[in-house]
Amino acid sequence: MVPQDYYIALSAILFTIGALGVLIRRNALIIFMSIEMMLNAANLAFVTFANTYQHLNGRIIAFFVIAVAAAEVAVGLALIVAIFKSKHSIDVDQMSSLKG
Amino acid sequence: MSPELILFLVLSLVAIAAAIGMLISPNPVYSALFLVINFSTVAVFYLILGAPFIAMAQITIYAGAIMVLFLFVIMLLGAEKLAPGKVLPYQKPLAIGLAIVLMVESVYAVLARNPSDAEIIVPTEAANSIDAMRDLGIMLFSDYLLPFEVTSILLLVAMIGAIVLTKRAKGEQE
Repeated sequence: MVPQDYYIALSAILFTIGALGVLIRRNALIIFMSIEMMLNAANLAFVTFANTYQHLNGRIIAFFVIAVAAAEVAVGLALIVAIFKSKHSIDVDQMSSLKG
Repeated sequence: MSPELILFLVLSLVAIAAAIGMLISPNPVYSALFLVINFSTVAVFYLILGAPFIAMAQITIYAGAIMVLFLFVIMLLGAEKLAPGKVLPYQKPLAIGLAIVLMVESVYAVLARNPSDAEIIVPTEAANSIDAMRDLGIMLFSDYLLPFEVTSILLLVAMIGAIVLTKRAKGEQE
């Protein structure tokens, strides 16, 4: 049998890799993918708890997280395309127009 | 070692390796494909955890729709060869150090500090039946009706937002 803690630890590791991606990559698309991975890691924890407590709440929350992630990606990629049109770069370090 | 544990270890190894591949590959197209592998392995985890509906939603929405959208944008922008910009020299080692601290801390907090003796319940045949799916649907449309409707409004707002953001202003030339 697999202890529940192993799944939660895997979720923590995937979340950390996603956070690391946000910190070290400068490409806006990769940063977006890392955010998706963090959402996914949280989903894994939700579904694990739904399994061990045999309750449907965790699964339904995971479903909502997937829906919110889809909405987030649609707006986020539109923003990236709009930024690319004006700056011809998706390097997040270039997006510093407000800097004094 | 039980077969379940071996299955878990192999799959988690694949998931972590795909995640690291996503992180370090220089080309965003490869990153997106690595992320598809990661999402697919997590979908298999959902099946092991007895959540077939979430697993299929994961495959169709995440690995299918979202990643295809990503690949479209990567190819649309043609930005796969991004010139390395000026970065803070200490940022990368500092970020890796902090991430390792976070990982050790969170795994320690889960496994050593606050262990739970709960074990994964292997799904019975009933968990993968239509009846289980019906229970999920009934709960979604009774207890969670308001969040469900709010989600539909959120998706509508996101759709309109994406159209407005990418639309050209009147009279603007390419």
